[in-house]
Amino acid sequence: MAAGEQRGARRRRPAGPPGEPRRVGYLYLLPALVVHALFLLFPLARGAWISLFDWDGLTLGRWVGWENYRALVADAGLRAAFGHVAVLLVFFSVLPIAVGLVLATALHRTRVRGLAFFRTALFLPQVVAMVVVGVAWRNIYAPNGSLNRALRSVGLDSWATSWLGDADTALVAVGFVGTWVQTGLAVVLFLGGIGRIPHESFEAARLDGAGVVWEFRAVVLPALRAEIGIAATLTTIAALRTFDLVYVMTPLGGPGRSTTVPAYEIYHRAFHSGQVGSAAALGVALTALTFLITMGIARITREERAR
Amino acid sequence: MRVSRLERVGTYLVLAVFTLSALFPVLSIVATALRPEVVGQGGWRPENLATAWTVGHFGGYLRNSAIVSVSVVLVSAVLSVLAGYALGTMRFRGRGVLFALLLLGIMVPSEALVVPLYFDLRDLGLTNTYLSLVLPQVAQSVAFGAFWMRAFFLASARELVEAARMDGAGHLRTLWSVLLPLARPAVITLVVLVFLWTWNEFMLALVMATDEGLRTAPLGLRFFAGRATTSVPVLAAGSVLVALPVVLLYLVLQRHFIRGMLDGAIKG
Repeated sequence: MAAGEQRGARRRRPAGPPGEPRRVGYLYLLPALVVHALFLLFPLARGAWISLFDWDGLTLGRWVGWENYRALVADAGLRAAFGHVAVLLVFFSVLPIAVGLVLATALHRTRVRGLAFFRTALFLPQVVAMVVVGVAWRNIYAPNGSLNRALRSVGLDSWATSWLGDADTALVAVGFVGTWVQTGLAVVLFLGGIGRIPHESFEAARLDGAGVVWEFRAVVLPALRAEIGIAATLTTIAALRTFDLVYVMTPLGGPGRSTTVPAYEIYHRAFHSGQVGSAAALGVALTALTFLITMGIARITREERAR
Repeated sequence: MRVSRLERVGTYLVLAVFTLSALFPVLSIVATALRPEVVGQGGWRPENLATAWTVGHFGGYLRNSAIVSVSVVLVSAVLSVLAGYALGTMRFRGRGVLFALLLLGIMVPSEALVVPLYFDLRDLGLTNTYLSLVLPQVAQSVAFGAFWMRAFFLASARELVEAARMDGAGHLRTLWSVLLPLARPAVITLVVLVFLWTWNEFMLALVMATDEGLRTAPLGLRFFAGRATTSVPVLAAGSVLVALPVVLLYLVLQRHFIRGMLDGAIKG
């Protein structure tokens, strides 16, 4: 029976090499698929379903259809949360990419010695748990922390402030930590990309009398499209998903809720204020946004490259 | 490439500034962890680490993290290799669709999954168990793992697989004695990445483990940091303990970390 099946399969697809296993593939795939379906795909669908109910997590939910989504759009607090993400985006994404481009170009021009050491050091923030990063920076930003001490030592006493306790500075202070974390990623990514540019491209630009800036624009930037796209995707998603950092550095959404972000709103609504349906709707929105950004950036970089 | 002396000096200067800024917060927390309670008392206090371990309960938190991380790493590595092997070397109906379903998992943010997961696992009586911390993370890791191992198996020499088959090796034998020895670097990268993600995971642990005895290291640190009475050096010592396993692994297997975190994204 089994042999007959195999023969039949081979006749349909003559290109298949002899003895290639086919159906057993399902068996190899099964364990991974089962766990993935039960603990990822199913919750994803359940989340979408819950988002259509008004539910406090304890009593019976009430069907409200799209109401939770409509409320999300109308919610001023939530608009503020997404506004905060927009600010974080500058710090998590734009600044690291800009700094990374300049630094990687400079490092490539001057064949720096000890590059391995610098790379290890710059990439280090990527592997430290965000909670630890939060604690470390809380110390730095503390009223008596090293930042204020440094400011006072150069006579800028009036600049010293309670960075995380002030609604005007808390978000920027958290954002800067994002720059600290993501810059290494961008630098290492771009260094790899520049290393792959053929030497002749630089020579040709130089023969044409190109200066540093021109060389950067004509040679480096176009060659790094893919890497810039990857850096933008990774850092944008990191900004969008920020939770640990704000939760540790500025409890309860920060002074005057100035650092509340969507992920924090999901947590707070679902587990502290009994708005599970609303939290689920926000989760769905966050997922959709992540998908759109990933696809969008992938498409832009691919088109630019094809040009 | 020839550059002027001035540019060379400038580059080193800028590089030094950035390297120092990358290291400063890390070094300063290590220094805080080793200093006496009162600033300026002088001397080093390595016993802060012991205090954090016992009084701060970090010994227990680290043990929980170790149990969860090792379980997630082992299970997801095995499942990923099996799934990647099937997707990369075998042809069967629906392969593309099944792969796409797995890929979906890479993009779904765990922040969105945590809410439905919590309420469903609560109804099953599974919250506050190691299972509630392990299984969702296996599901997410397997999505990346299957994708990562598939890419390796696709790239590994086709002729090799076919030669093994010609020699009469079964599919399991081909995987075990022909492909896996070659796959070692790819598997190490996968293991290292999954360990990094699991060890540092915060939100899932925060939601699932309300029991103090089940807190993982990052969660324990968060609660320790939230207490008003917490001593600053002991808190720093706790932070060092939480970060240390991953940082040590990073220093030893740096290439795997960087390759995994960057190439993994590039191929996606």
